[in-house]
Amino acid sequence: MTTPLLSLQGLTKAYPGVVANDQVSFDIGEGEVHALLGENGAGKSTLVKMIYGLVKPDSGTMLLRGQPFAPPEPRAARADGIAMVFQHFSLFDALNVAENIALGMENPPAMGDLAARIREVSETYGLPLDPYRTVGDLSAGERQRVEIIRCLLQDPKLLIMDEPTSVLTPQEVEILFETLNKLRSEGTSILYISHKLEEIRTLCDHATILRLGKNVGECVPSETSARDMAEMMVGSTLQTPERSGREFGDVALDVSGLSVPSPSEFGTALRNVHMTVRKGEVLGIGGVAGNGQDELLGVLSGEIQTTADAIKFNGQAIGKLGPTARRKLGVLTAPEERLGHAAAPDMSLTENALLTGSVREGLESKGFLKWTETQNFAEKIIEAFDVRTPGPENAARSLSGGNLQKFVIGREVLQDPDVLVVNQPTWGVDAAAAAAIRQAILDLAAKGTAVICISQDLDELMEISDSFAALNEGRLSAPRPTTGLTVDEIGLMMGGAHGMEVAHV
Amino acid sequence: MDLGEINPVLLVASLMVAATPLLLAAIGELVVEKAGVLNLGVEGMMIVGAISGFAISVETGSPWLGFVAAAIGGAVLSLLFVLLTQVALANQVASGLALTLFGLGFSALLGQSYVGIKPPSMGDIHIPLISDIPVIGPILFQHDPILYVGIALTAAVWAVLKYTRVGLILRAVGENHDAAHALGYKVIKIRIMAILFGGACAGLGGAYISLIRVPQWTEGMTAGVGWIALALVVFASWKPWRALLGAYLFGGITVLQLNLQAAGVAIPVEYLAMSPYIITILVLVILSADKSSAPASLGRTFHASH
Amino acid sequence: MIVLEKRPQPSKAWSYATPLVAVLATMVFGGLLFAILGKNPLQAIGTIFWEPLFGEFAFYYRPQLLVKGAPLVLIAIGLSLGFRAGIWNIGAEGQYIMGAIFGAGAGLAFYPLDAFYIFPIMVIAGAFGGWLWAMIPAFLKVRFGTNEILVSLMLVYVAEQMLASVSLGLLKNPEGFGFPGSRNLQSYESAYNAELIAGSGMHWGVVTALIAVIFAYVLLNRHMLGFHIRLTGEAPRAAKFAGVNPARLILFCLGLSGALAGLAGMFEVSGPSGVVSIDFNVGYGFTAIIVAFLGRLHPVGILLAGGLMALTYIGGEIAQSQLGLPAAAIQVFQGMLLFFLLAFDLLTNYRIRAARSEVA
Repeated sequence: MTTPLLSLQGLTKAYPGVVANDQVSFDIGEGEVHALLGENGAGKSTLVKMIYGLVKPDSGTMLLRGQPFAPPEPRAARADGIAMVFQHFSLFDALNVAENIALGMENPPAMGDLAARIREVSETYGLPLDPYRTVGDLSAGERQRVEIIRCLLQDPKLLIMDEPTSVLTPQEVEILFETLNKLRSEGTSILYISHKLEEIRTLCDHATILRLGKNVGECVPSETSARDMAEMMVGSTLQTPERSGREFGDVALDVSGLSVPSPSEFGTALRNVHMTVRKGEVLGIGGVAGNGQDELLGVLSGEIQTTADAIKFNGQAIGKLGPTARRKLGVLTAPEERLGHAAAPDMSLTENALLTGSVREGLESKGFLKWTETQNFAEKIIEAFDVRTPGPENAARSLSGGNLQKFVIGREVLQDPDVLVVNQPTWGVDAAAAAAIRQAILDLAAKGTAVICISQDLDELMEISDSFAALNEGRLSAPRPTTGLTVDEIGLMMGGAHGMEVAHV
Repeated sequence: MDLGEINPVLLVASLMVAATPLLLAAIGELVVEKAGVLNLGVEGMMIVGAISGFAISVETGSPWLGFVAAAIGGAVLSLLFVLLTQVALANQVASGLALTLFGLGFSALLGQSYVGIKPPSMGDIHIPLISDIPVIGPILFQHDPILYVGIALTAAVWAVLKYTRVGLILRAVGENHDAAHALGYKVIKIRIMAILFGGACAGLGGAYISLIRVPQWTEGMTAGVGWIALALVVFASWKPWRALLGAYLFGGITVLQLNLQAAGVAIPVEYLAMSPYIITILVLVILSADKSSAPASLGRTFHASH
Repeated sequence: MIVLEKRPQPSKAWSYATPLVAVLATMVFGGLLFAILGKNPLQAIGTIFWEPLFGEFAFYYRPQLLVKGAPLVLIAIGLSLGFRAGIWNIGAEGQYIMGAIFGAGAGLAFYPLDAFYIFPIMVIAGAFGGWLWAMIPAFLKVRFGTNEILVSLMLVYVAEQMLASVSLGLLKNPEGFGFPGSRNLQSYESAYNAELIAGSGMHWGVVTALIAVIFAYVLLNRHMLGFHIRLTGEAPRAAKFAGVNPARLILFCLGLSGALAGLAGMFEVSGPSGVVSIDFNVGYGFTAIIVAFLGRLHPVGILLAGGLMALTYIGGEIAQSQLGLPAAAIQVFQGMLLFFLLAFDLLTNYRIRAARSEVA
């Protein structure tokens, strides 16, 4: 057998209270697309950070083409031909494309030459990009291109991609896959991290599956069913949420002609949004990140106020009301960002229960707080949603992502809303918690609550929503019944390839 | 009142002198803020620079050594800020205040035996012929060398930020420290260097007040110049040449009000004396609409968890 | 290698311990400083911390603790509310001056009338003066987004000039033989903030400071507004989500801290100081920042920290006269305290441990 490009042997890394990677071993061959599959929290990120030199393993070794490989920092990893496309946090909004790319290179050429090379490489791989555009103004797909091109300019031997399709429309995924296939044909190896099984079956030659930090199996994805891979990944059979056929009531929330300017420099303006949600209906809103999801949630929660008539609740104009007044009426929301938006990280769960619960749960009288009642409410949430924590006096930031998400969703669900708007309810949450959250949303709808679920996870939306609409550059497509929608149709509603086939130059 | 006594040539020449401490401190702080750090201790670093520079030049008789000592003094004090904000991860606003309060006390302590002494003079440059050109000569070519250092520093900071890799990395760190860290840049190290540079510049600015502009040592003699320098960075939208422009503008106001005081204008002295501060507030108000050019990570603590 | 590890939640024990550790560290390094200045460090530290409380002349110094501590606590309580919400009023010194000018001005306007209502009017005027001065940065921040740190600080310098102006003009004592400064309010009975119990140092300012401590405690722990203040400081986005109106919060926090600083100035000018003069202010507005942090922005903590800081003031004066310790040394000492406090605060949120040897 030929020497693999990269061989991992018994890599172990522990953080206080958790072993992120436990004796992980596998090989990546030359010119192979290798999938690293696992749930959130399975240890995928820690593993690639070790390969990329961001984290040092506690024990275990790596061999690159048979030679010991222990990059002390990313610079060293890059020098050895390892490149990485991050899922988050690696671009500088205020700098332009060329500057961003220069920052990721060891010895970048002069700006003019670099710009020319960016154009050249980006055309070659079918990912056209203007080197002088400010990154903050780019779409999510284009931002990913910046990262990919930054890597390609280094002529990498191994390209690591962390959840690359989570920010793309189905059409954009196809373009990306063409690029990756071209790279494979040129002999570049790719380590492809994902939890999306169908993608992996389409693209990857080999897959390693991680669960709770351990390597629990390997397979050839094209020969393995998605269900089998899913069960290896989760370690048990998955239960799909139950939904009973139900009747919809009157229109609960009516949004018409809603336009809001972008609240921040690199935000998105909402443009003429129309939608109605009936009692008992779940409206799923899809779309690639950064197309107005946060802004839409902000407008519905009352954090951003607009003209009164743009939003009507049971016929009452509420566009000018703030969050507290809307809660009083029964319009509740749960934002995407758990720490810092839905919850205050350093405050206790009791205090966080007060954060949105004060009005409907009667946790204050004349401004004075009722701490006993508040603590009871927090305990009720913990109990009902199986939030794993020693008690309500613990700080929000001490909870794991999934547990905090259950708390945040549970806090709204238990307040018995008439309208509930959630944004990315299961983002970064393990499968069991995700299933529980989806079930809670469906149960709520069954009781007659009108639900809007904003999510980038199309599978999730297909599973729980009755009708579907997509956000694209601040515009909302007309909602359509979910049953019978094809992936292609959904992709087109999401903006197709966001005009990305066409070069911007 | 006799406005005729105000000599426009001298006025312009002295406004450049009045502007230099502001400029030096503001350029330093600009670099610090570009790296994403808000150091509110400028006033403290300036006053420590003022006394270090004063003491050393009195002891050695060399104003040059004084300025070197001032830069070191400012940088050493900023090292305390480094310890607080980059090592102990303390709140930057509170740490900056601590630095100023500590610096004011510390300088007063150091300066006890230097009150009322006259420091050695640095002397102005004199280039034959050029310096003697009427009007232009006295305005542009008859100053002390440090004034030119200030202008050169502005040009250097501008060029480094705009054209060099170091500048690009510095801006990247100030823009998004998590991304910079992910790319393998040493966020903390870069910030420490920037803070020390800022401290050295503030120290120079302080010494310019005690050695050239006044020249004398009195307690608390920086009288808010450090705070105005902070305002100036906002005014300049984090651009070096605009900091120069702003410094000259403020220098102009200061000198003008002093001249008006001397000329015995009917406005009471106190109102003239408060005018630079009021104008600073007005400028801040006018410019506060545009925050877009502020470094995105400004004032945020960085802690690499992994 | 030493590494920092973020705690899952702030440590309660350390949050109480850090102020004490900081005080100890300040004593050690302060002692070192005094030694460098050629003083016996133990004697100096002893003089500062022991003499005012238990020394031979403690009967004289103990009331002084209240006199010095009250304005510090009063100002720090106001500042702490803003600091908690991330609203940085650092111009309390200016608000203190304006409170004194307004308060004294209101009193002197009645001179030489004797009436019971004069003092209450002065109290209101003093609070109003400080409030007004703080509303300038508050309004500019709300309306234009102007940085309140710089504006409030600039206004200190403006207030100092105002003080000079009124001492030499508007409020100048017509019978003062040309010396700058106002009439002495101590000799104008209706306007005099006299001791409530003779020889105790207890004047209306002390009472107000205690009321402010209780008020702040109830506000922060039992009231929605206090919850919103804390929430805004911890997580501004979450606060907006909870329905907090940031503009109203800014106006409230800055306004209240200004009013309290104004009250402190008014009680000082009508009592212990007595006279509006150019050097009336002695930096209480800045020292109160140290007090607020030393008290961990907690009302009870501030009460204790105010007492401690008053002790260093008085002890410092004794050390000055008995040991010839320079006044500036005490200022450095106070600065050090804040410095160490901020540094040791690290231990509340992070754990320090030696990194295990990395296997490469």
